[in-house]
Amino acid sequence: MTNFSQDITQSLPGPDDIYREVLPNGIIVLTRSNFNSPSVVVTGNLDAGALFDPDEKLGLADFVTSALMRGTKKRSFDKIYNELESVGASLGFSSGVHKSGFNGRSLAEDLPLLLMLLSESLTQPTFPKTEMEKLRAQLLTGLSIREQDTSDMASMIFDEILFRGHPYSRPEDGKPETVQRITRDDLVRFHREHYGPRGMVIAIVGAVKAEEAVRQVKRVFGQWQLKGQKEPHELPSVKRLKKTVSKTHRIPGKSQSDLVIGTNGPKRLDPEFMSATLGNNILGQFGMMGRIGDVVREKSGLAYYAYSSLSAGIGPGSWEVSAGVNPQNVKKATDLIIDELKRFVQEGVTTDELTDSKANFIGRLPLSLESNGGVANALLNIERYDLGLDYYRRYAGLVNEVNHEDVLNTARKYIDPDKLAIAVAGP
Amino acid sequence: MEHRLTQTTLSNGLKVLLKEIHTAPIISSWLWYRVGSRDEVPGRTGISHWVEHMQFKGTPQFPSNVLDKAISREGGTWNAFTYMDWTAYFETMPADKIDLALQLESDRMINSQFDGNEVASERTVIISEREGSENEPLFLLGEAIQQAAFRIHPYHHEVIGDMADLHSITRDDLYNHYRSFYVPNNAVMAVAGDFDTQTMLKRIDELFEPIPSGMEPARLAREEPMQKGEVRLSVEGPGSTIYVQVCYRFPPASHPDFFPLSVLDSLLAGPSNLNMFSGGISNKTSRLYRALVDKEFVVSIHGGTQATIDPFLYSITMTIHPKRKPEEALAALDKEIQRLKEEKVSKEEITRAIKQARALFAYGSENITNQGYWLGYAEMFANYAWFQTYLDKLAAVTVKDIQRVANKYFKSQYRVVGTYVPLG
Repeated sequence: MTNFSQDITQSLPGPDDIYREVLPNGIIVLTRSNFNSPSVVVTGNLDAGALFDPDEKLGLADFVTSALMRGTKKRSFDKIYNELESVGASLGFSSGVHKSGFNGRSLAEDLPLLLMLLSESLTQPTFPKTEMEKLRAQLLTGLSIREQDTSDMASMIFDEILFRGHPYSRPEDGKPETVQRITRDDLVRFHREHYGPRGMVIAIVGAVKAEEAVRQVKRVFGQWQLKGQKEPHELPSVKRLKKTVSKTHRIPGKSQSDLVIGTNGPKRLDPEFMSATLGNNILGQFGMMGRIGDVVREKSGLAYYAYSSLSAGIGPGSWEVSAGVNPQNVKKATDLIIDELKRFVQEGVTTDELTDSKANFIGRLPLSLESNGGVANALLNIERYDLGLDYYRRYAGLVNEVNHEDVLNTARKYIDPDKLAIAVAGP
Repeated sequence: MEHRLTQTTLSNGLKVLLKEIHTAPIISSWLWYRVGSRDEVPGRTGISHWVEHMQFKGTPQFPSNVLDKAISREGGTWNAFTYMDWTAYFETMPADKIDLALQLESDRMINSQFDGNEVASERTVIISEREGSENEPLFLLGEAIQQAAFRIHPYHHEVIGDMADLHSITRDDLYNHYRSFYVPNNAVMAVAGDFDTQTMLKRIDELFEPIPSGMEPARLAREEPMQKGEVRLSVEGPGSTIYVQVCYRFPPASHPDFFPLSVLDSLLAGPSNLNMFSGGISNKTSRLYRALVDKEFVVSIHGGTQATIDPFLYSITMTIHPKRKPEEALAALDKEIQRLKEEKVSKEEITRAIKQARALFAYGSENITNQGYWLGYAEMFANYAWFQTYLDKLAAVTVKDIQRVANKYFKSQYRVVGTYVPLG
């Protein structure tokens, strides 16, 4: 069984080189130094995701994140970006279902500037009217481009089928009519109710000492308070499909159709998470896209891409297979994929396959943690799911605990080949 | 940070570059071949890219089902890219597993089988890849512009190739292309990461030295004649968004003007990152953003330079604002280009562009894969010294240089303007 050698394990983030501090106002700071390159990454999130969007104003959380840097009490839009771009730094915000996040990087010498602009954008945005209308036109154009994207539309329809009646069925970037309805007051109110220090996590990785990074965070965020910050919503449970549901969305004039076929998956903290992830790797990732890639791409030559993915977060996840195929081959590819899902739940995986995937998971970990961005995301992952600062050093053991019965039981628990969501978008 | 760099050439002509970096127990190995779509004639377009796909289909020693699992099993990541001027294969592995990558690359430099059945199934995979690209308005527009800009030079077709050729290229065409270009004297091996140089060199020697050198591959020498007058074209297709792409002719990366033009690109449209694995920065205070996005002629604008062997194109891509006409955006763009030619840029703007380049370099050097990439990449159109002196060359750019190259390269009679007209 594959295990790390001692020096590889020690190169991974662990309790001796991750520093974690909770500020009095609730902000959690995580840092890890890396002086190999003179750069630094700042990333994090807060509880201000699209779950808070009213149905009729879907896209509100996303609009807010896009507008945070359009002007603050101290600086105009142009001034903010001038400061950033003049030093080759970057900073951006984006919204997810649960959280809204930020991501920036700069040379280490410009970290104070980066944190100051982050703080101003989060705590003192002014949402200028003219900037809002410019943004609205950009967001609406983005939505009309999405309308034409077979892959985006297939994913969107898949979520509508799988998560019907659940907030996860909604696209975070909204719909043209809901984005049209959003007013400046909506942005101001959303910001006032949801942007606060409680629940905010910030990770800083790069050429800066831990105590210095924390000192800099305290300087710009230490005084931030928000009275009456709204609590995150309770998530309803998801209703499983009772039979296979298929939907086709036509986009005339396109040369290729995208299809997404799948079902519900575990949450990140469900006990089956690791066996599902390993099983998924065998199903549609390992080597050239696993069993699905082998059947759809290698053996049949039907698609350039055909793979499976597992999306596991705070709430119910999804387990899906995606492929881009010639419109005439949609039926053929769908049948092949469903046959593979049947084989997966009937026969499970072989010992060899599982051994390979375990070795793959363990071996690739140092690669995924190579860059500052990779480490920063790992720190956020540890914090979000309370995995423990030693998680990446324990990781090999967690992977090795899974046996092929676990994979089979997990596959059977989640995948029923007679109860699938099937979404197709194409000409 | 200084790292040990070694350059040598094996007796069969394989150039080897090694850079020891001991920051993480990782090694990235890159094998670059001097072959790409510039080596393709009509009837064979797309053949270099297809050969790259076939390189994943196995040798007697590493059959295809073994090959694709071997790297993953060892925790490695691998991929390949085909471009106009080159084809590159890389593996990034835990340091103690790199030997597998070296064995694999030396083996498939000479022993790939190109089995007829594999060729047949890959044909439809590549056709599917092309159909996926055809779903994208900007692919359709870019292809039409390249065809219009290059009538003679082989940069006239896309790397993926024309559909007609994807249907007609045979197994023997592919195999001949492979044997002609995949020879050690037409390749560069670049390895970066946690190794000892002497040990690595010895192993590369053992594996690659026995491969005989081949004939120097024949090159097409079809220089594009001077363009005489602006070309305008349109492409129609589904959608509701109008795109306009404006392409000026740029010199090759080895030309001294490439550096002032890189600075100019930075201040005009935000810095292009030549680095494949480390993203870029925003361009919201670039001249074009301020003049076109802020003023609501377009909803986004991007500029892009590419480092090529022969003269290629600098492209400015605009997504037109729903309330504007493409001609209005083009007029606003022309006004900015005119300003660049007439008014001197400030020294501060140049300093700013250099700082941006320095930051992008720092981001790129965080990761070993990128270090390996740069070692070989610069060799494809110049040499590694080009990369090492890049920042110094930018720093030497003067206000006068900028004005000179603006006037020399940004001429409307040498440009192609393409519009994607959505049919709803």
